[in-house]
Amino acid sequence: MADTQRPVSPHLQIYKWQVQMMTSILHRATGIALAVGILMIVWGILSLAAGEDAFNQFKICMGSPLGIILLIGWSWSLFYHLCNGIRHLIQDTGAGYAIPQFVRSSWMSVIGSIVLTLLVWAYVLTAGGAA
Amino acid sequence: MSTNAKDLRNPLKRARGLGSAQSGVSHWWIQRVTAVGLVILGLWLVLLVLGLVHSDYATARAAVAKPWNAVLLVAFLITAFWHAVLGLQVVIEDYVHTRWKEIVLLVAIKFLAVLSVLAGTLAVLRIALGA
Repeated sequence: MADTQRPVSPHLQIYKWQVQMMTSILHRATGIALAVGILMIVWGILSLAAGEDAFNQFKICMGSPLGIILLIGWSWSLFYHLCNGIRHLIQDTGAGYAIPQFVRSSWMSVIGSIVLTLLVWAYVLTAGGAA
Repeated sequence: MSTNAKDLRNPLKRARGLGSAQSGVSHWWIQRVTAVGLVILGLWLVLLVLGLVHSDYATARAAVAKPWNAVLLVAFLITAFWHAVLGLQVVIEDYVHTRWKEIVLLVAIKFLAVLSVLAGTLAVLRIALGA
């Protein structure tokens, strides 16, 4: 292997970070997070069916500091996976593969998900009452 | 796939459309179809939850009991868990290199998903039918 003349793949730590790498990794990471988060949705539905006490307990857990942190994480994960998922669906048609387009749509996924998350939480905080 | 000496079909005939995964493009395709469904159902769920975010138990229960909401909620549960299982399957196949652990995880996520969908659906039905 030592005398090979062809270029070899560089080690990960000397790769220049690019936004496309981040969007790809984040898509998978947020997907895993959402797979856990959907169990929380099921818990909410089960508690709603179980009765008022169970539902109030669910609301208390979700309104706790840890619950709020998880909800913020899940909401951003949802919007990121949604925005980037739509981006992937568009790319599945064969569109948007030129490098400038690819970089631009990557940033649109990231920025779009942050904007949507901020809008949702601004609504939650301004729509009266504490969670 | 076993090779049968008496089988007069060309091996290409059996392999065509199946590829190295032996299941063709069905995994890829179902991932996309459920993704499109989740774009719609996910946005609907966000709007439903935002509308209920500061409401009491009776209001939340009445909202889920509405036929359209009940139907869409069950549709969301099925689609989201299906999509999650397909996504997690790829992650497990990529990163879990001990064969028995891989199989156990692949089966476990399917069991968990099916149980969650059944439990969630039963809960929605109990709410919708007023049990």
